[in-house]
Amino acid sequence: MATASETEVGRGAQTHPDVTTYGEVNTDVLKILSPPGKWWWILFGLSVAGIGLLAFSWGNQIINGIGLTGLNTPVGWGAYITTFVFWVGIAHSGTLISAILYLFRARWRQSIYRAAEAMTVFAVMTAGLFPLIHVGRVWHAYWLFPYPNERMLWPNFRSPLVWDVFAVTTYFTVSSLFFLLGLIPDIAAARDQAKPGSIRQKIYKAISFGWRGTDRQWHHFGKAYLFMAALATPLVISVHSVVSWDFAMGIVPGWHATIFAPYFVAGAIFSGVAMVITLMVPIRKIFGLEKYLTVRHFDAMAKLILLTGLIVFYAYLVEFFMAWYSGEDPERRLFWNRLFGHYWWATWIMLICNGFIPILLWFRRVRHSIAALFVITIFINIGMWFERFVIIATSLATEFMPFAWNVYRPSVTEMGIMVGSFAWFSFWFLIFIRMLPPVAIAEIKEVLPPPMRGRPKRTKEVSS
Amino acid sequence: MSAAPGTDRQGVLASYDYLDDTVDAIKELRAEGFEEITAFSPFPEHHIEEALGYGASPVRLFALVGGLTGAATGLAFTVYASLDWPLITGGKPVLSIPAYVIPTFEMTILFGAFFTVIGVLWHMRIPELKSTVVYDPELSAGRFGVYVTAPVDRLAQARQILEANEPALLEDDPDGRSHG
Repeated sequence: MATASETEVGRGAQTHPDVTTYGEVNTDVLKILSPPGKWWWILFGLSVAGIGLLAFSWGNQIINGIGLTGLNTPVGWGAYITTFVFWVGIAHSGTLISAILYLFRARWRQSIYRAAEAMTVFAVMTAGLFPLIHVGRVWHAYWLFPYPNERMLWPNFRSPLVWDVFAVTTYFTVSSLFFLLGLIPDIAAARDQAKPGSIRQKIYKAISFGWRGTDRQWHHFGKAYLFMAALATPLVISVHSVVSWDFAMGIVPGWHATIFAPYFVAGAIFSGVAMVITLMVPIRKIFGLEKYLTVRHFDAMAKLILLTGLIVFYAYLVEFFMAWYSGEDPERRLFWNRLFGHYWWATWIMLICNGFIPILLWFRRVRHSIAALFVITIFINIGMWFERFVIIATSLATEFMPFAWNVYRPSVTEMGIMVGSFAWFSFWFLIFIRMLPPVAIAEIKEVLPPPMRGRPKRTKEVSS
Repeated sequence: MSAAPGTDRQGVLASYDYLDDTVDAIKELRAEGFEEITAFSPFPEHHIEEALGYGASPVRLFALVGGLTGAATGLAFTVYASLDWPLITGGKPVLSIPAYVIPTFEMTILFGAFFTVIGVLWHMRIPELKSTVVYDPELSAGRFGVYVTAPVDRLAQARQILEANEPALLEDDPDGRSHG
């Protein structure tokens, strides 16, 4: 039978039983920043190649026009908007783990939050590309922002698309600030252990701002961190709600539903935590972080996936029920089409990956198997992309008037850009894990037992 | 916990392997009337904060003022922009306040976060441009530090208290300007 310390990840339990000293944390985490190995270079090379694909596809689209995509009447939003929503969703778990779990005092967040936050920042950077790609004439993309202009025009603040500009840019700024603020003490730790006089040490010295870990610094730092968490918590919920209103504010069948905001927020956290697991499994393996990312951390994340997955599955069922219960013909027809129409395969991929496969997580043995979690989370990532595709493309393809229906298929250009976006994300993430401490050094020490002498002192000679 | 050190002051830095030694050293120093103390730790350690006696952080004011400024800016901006370029829809009022709540909310968070970061950098006194005279690189790894400054004639007593708690390293600072 398992003891309490093996199963609990909450307050009072030891989260890192195999880590004994503070110095060990620095050594283990900072060794990741040493010159990269073979696997890193292979992945980095693939990322650069993928960015090449992105640049080629997008460049081609800029030169030849948006006609290279499969977008046409009536489906004006396709793979680009799908991938945009996908990446914004991925971005959500970082702030959930760093802010919401911080406010809830969930101590298992310490090991994963840094990488999750980095993932957030890079995922928003990836998502941010898609409105630029989607607008077609990218040189006019600054029209998205309200600025004083010679035509004296302002954007329509009743439009959810304008809300989205505000939400996504605020989210990017605040999550970057949160990420960089939390990094300061750990960069100082990297500075202190870098070879004196090396270029690395000079860079760390500059970006650690002269942090010394004084009582004054920690005092204000802790309070600021709390306020940032308190500000980021409603923000993270608002951002995906606003993204959902991009759809829900429209009267398109399949979009115009009040459940959209909670449904999207749960889906975002569901996909984001899945992506954290997908990324953390190889990082843990390659860099030997088993002591810091224990099975219990994965167990806790799997439970979070299970919870949000249930909300998402419930939302799917409610959507189908409401379509039937509403008695609205276009709504009923659309949901029938989703299951059995042109896009039946996309809908069934969504239902199987997000609804049925996560049921396995009810079993403790599955939650405790890193390999199983890795496979399941990849399915969830795929399923969540298809969820957005189903919501966006199927709804537009079969709106009200049957004569206006059409089938949308992503073109090669769209697929190239979509694949390239993963490369763009990996590129930044790979640089991050080599340059900045990917595990929060200072915060892990908070949950380790402090070193106590606990015996009477004797006077001895010390070096001076 | 630093007072502006005068020119006649010198300092000493001790770094400890154990937390209880550190806390004892701070308490003994304060009991003897030494108040110019800076403690160093590799993570926020509340025993040390307690030993030094800390209250609320003024950073919270920055967060509040930033949030309120953002809310006011967001609302004023959306209202101004709508009045400047009225989009009259179905004869309804030009201002749609419920819709403006969303940009206003986002601006509240944005400004609140910016002000908090500015406030905390200000209060942490970083970026720190002057180079530090005494520091132990182990302070960001596993050790706790106590730095104290005092008039020259009292420094020996402070040094003795620090030494009695068995530091791993003891460093003198003739300038006495390394408070954080």
